[in-house]
Amino acid sequence: MILRRPFFYIILIIAALFVYFPLRGNNVSLREDLILVAIAIILASNLNLMIGYTGYVNFGHIVFYGLGGYVGLYLATVRGWHLVLSALVAGLVVSLCALLFGLLILRLRGAYFALATIGVLQAVQAFVSNFDPWGRSTGMYLSFESYQPLGGAMRALWITYYLVIAVMALSMILSLAIKNSKFGLGLFAIREDEDAAVVLGVNATVYKAIIYSVSAFLPAVAGALMFYKNGMIDPSIAFEFMLSLEGIVMLMLGGQGAVMGAALGGGLYEKLRSYLLTSPTLSNFHLVIAGGLLLLVVLFAPGGLIGWLYRLVPRARKVIE
Amino acid sequence: MSGILASMIDGLLVGAVYGLAAMGLSLIWGVMDVINLTHGSVIVLGMFGMYLLFAALAINAYVLLLPTMVAGLLLGIVVYWMAVHWVVGRSILMSLLSTFAVNMMVIGIGTAIWSTSPYNVNFSLPGITPKMAPFRGAYTFTGNHIAAAIAAVVIALALQWFLYHTRTGKAIRAVADNREAAELMGISTTAVLTIAFGIGIALATTSGALVSTMFPFTILSGSVYQLKSFVVTILAGLGKPFGALVAGVLLGLLEGVVTPFIAVSWIPLIEFGLFVIVLVAFPQGIFGKRATA
Repeated sequence: MILRRPFFYIILIIAALFVYFPLRGNNVSLREDLILVAIAIILASNLNLMIGYTGYVNFGHIVFYGLGGYVGLYLATVRGWHLVLSALVAGLVVSLCALLFGLLILRLRGAYFALATIGVLQAVQAFVSNFDPWGRSTGMYLSFESYQPLGGAMRALWITYYLVIAVMALSMILSLAIKNSKFGLGLFAIREDEDAAVVLGVNATVYKAIIYSVSAFLPAVAGALMFYKNGMIDPSIAFEFMLSLEGIVMLMLGGQGAVMGAALGGGLYEKLRSYLLTSPTLSNFHLVIAGGLLLLVVLFAPGGLIGWLYRLVPRARKVIE
Repeated sequence: MSGILASMIDGLLVGAVYGLAAMGLSLIWGVMDVINLTHGSVIVLGMFGMYLLFAALAINAYVLLLPTMVAGLLLGIVVYWMAVHWVVGRSILMSLLSTFAVNMMVIGIGTAIWSTSPYNVNFSLPGITPKMAPFRGAYTFTGNHIAAAIAAVVIALALQWFLYHTRTGKAIRAVADNREAAELMGISTTAVLTIAFGIGIALATTSGALVSTMFPFTILSGSVYQLKSFVVTILAGLGKPFGALVAGVLLGLLEGVVTPFIAVSWIPLIEFGLFVIVLVAFPQGIFGKRATA
């Protein structure tokens, strides 16, 4: 069914371009740029499942990415598991944690939930900073031998890149599939009016807990891959609050609720950020610019770039979802 | 045993300042249904305001509370017209995001100016060392903690008086109760919301200034006090500023009880647990009315 959506093929083309360009001429610096763009798209797409689809703000989305990184790195280094297996297990473990957490905090509605997610982030960070097996506040390092099963460090980095691109494509496909499903309709109903949705037979608590858990899976896998690539992790990089916030900026910029909006916002914002961070005069002000951008979008264009496109070309809705 | 008691008393003193910070959050939340996510960054601005004023004037830091409060009021009015006025009454998502955007901008500018290194206000009042049992001169209560707690309680009482005994204060409460009805009675809601937001921000900067006389701080310290403010506000129940002071003292007491036993870095975990438990078990707050429906 999803195969009949034209947007499905657009996603595949985007992923193919991400693979093709760095591969042509073995361009490592382009690969490093694109992997950050891909991570931004993964985070923004999965955040969209909560904010755009369900109408619940998650300020602590980065917690999934960081925890995934910790579990993945722990399994790959201490237990010596294969990368793919440790990343998948990391995703499952984090999803399960999110489901348990979700059943508890999703009893809170609207703004209370948003506040609780800030608390989740700080609480998990406090926990990890005090957790002995994960090296407390100094974190963990990957031993160099862990790259051996993938055929050495050089090959391992390329393999990680392809895996991250695959996760990016899967994130977008997942968003598309949920958008076109009955489950997705239930989420939209919760977003529009939760009480009405409950009266109409949507089990809001279960739906919310499921989507919270689903939105945790791919970011956790991506976190495991990314921290494996970087070779180290500590609580301050794993749970960087700013990245969590920037995810929200990306989503609002591109257009919440639309699959392409999340991807577009993620990609554009990441490009903008790397430009700002490398520019000598603006590097200190990237947060100010991001904040200003968010404020402008919220006040003047709540639909983001995609909302603007939809208004300009209404038929674009059919193709670009 | 007397060590725990001393730690509890110190917790009470610090807790009064938490309460003052939470009063600002609670007032804004209660009056305009906006969860002010600039709260943490404004608290930090209060800290740095105190730091700069004290560095420039070098007079008694508690006299400097007045200018930080006035600056906070003005800042609040600016922020209200910049980011809040347009989203009052729209979905909660929008006000969360717009106040949040201001928060990012403040933190960004602050980091550019002051980096993230720690600062402190080098001012201290003589402490009190009780000679009688059970302390027998073994513990000294810092003068700054005592003065900050007294200042916090005085400001809280002044706010309570303002809300219940002045015309403007009554208008603020009326708007909090029912905005449309208040408008029908001839109250200009825009003016009232602006003033309420300004007062809320002024309370935050003042409490930040008080914190800066007690602990060292960085530009990123705000998030810690923001979490505490949320916990306190939830404990007290929305829109109950004086309840927030009491709840703040309770939170400080709790911190005082647990700090002798566990590492300080565990405290966010405990506070968050408390936050969720209270929200799930007492959605109206401990001092709130029980839901009638």
